[in-house]
Amino acid sequence: MREVTLRVKNKLPQATEVQKLEKKALVSYIYIGPPTNVRLFGTESRIQLNDQFANVNDVPEFIAREREARPEADRNFLTTSLKVHYESKMGIVTDVKQELRQAGALRINYSTLKGARENN
Amino acid sequence: MARRASPEINAGSMADIAFLLLIFFLVTTTMDVDTGITRRLPPPIEDPDDILIKQRNILNVLVNKNDRLLVDGKPGDINTLKDKAKEFMRPHYPDNPDFPEVEQQEIDGLGEIWTSKGVISLKNDRGTSYDMYIRVQNELALAFNELKDEMSMDRFGVRFTNLMDEKRITAINKAVPMRISEAEPESIGD
Repeated sequence: MREVTLRVKNKLPQATEVQKLEKKALVSYIYIGPPTNVRLFGTESRIQLNDQFANVNDVPEFIAREREARPEADRNFLTTSLKVHYESKMGIVTDVKQELRQAGALRINYSTLKGARENN
Repeated sequence: MARRASPEINAGSMADIAFLLLIFFLVTTTMDVDTGITRRLPPPIEDPDDILIKQRNILNVLVNKNDRLLVDGKPGDINTLKDKAKEFMRPHYPDNPDFPEVEQQEIDGLGEIWTSKGVISLKNDRGTSYDMYIRVQNELALAFNELKDEMSMDRFGVRFTNLMDEKRITAINKAVPMRISEAEPESIGD
């Protein structure tokens, strides 16, 4: 039950060593992937915060807002879940990670599907 | 006028319909369970050059923009990465210069044991695909998890994932720390 409308493609990669994300109230989501509307926005991977596209430098404000929305006692336990399309490049992900570091949102979770893949 | 019996709706099948609806929604509702690889980012540091680690204590894993691996300076393969990482992180004593330094540590519940000072350094290019990055992260996580499993089997006779005692879990986590360092991003050739 997703609360946002996805504007980016979001097929997650698979991994076996995954943990369940607990306390969903303390999780904020960042979506990264190629836009679904290719004709308007092209194929380059973009960041989606809440319901709209965003730039890398919008991330700190987003994190600050997410913090504000939580009770004060929980603010340090906020996890950021990165939902990244599997074909995206690491460049944009690294940029987001750097912003998160600067913003002090250090707990992150690379969202993946649970499942074995065939190694090749 | 004669009183007529008020017409009744046949409600005999109501329970069946309600039941069917219940089953239908039970089956079609998916609660998406969020799973993923949890990591802690290092806090921002002023001067990234400050941290020096001995060369022998680092296993360098590089992923280039074509998703090819360079492990310890040699072309690597995703299928052997886990074993390499395990071999590297397993404490080797007596001191073996081909492997990271080891030190004796007193750990609650385990006693004096040898621990490795090894660190796995993961670097990727801006052009590396996220899919490959996750695969590498997954293999490295698997290496650490297997090491923890082995130690847990050895000491307590149960797999690490089945350990219930909080103390034992922390002990194992301390003995086999998950040391994956992600270097400050730099361009390594686009």
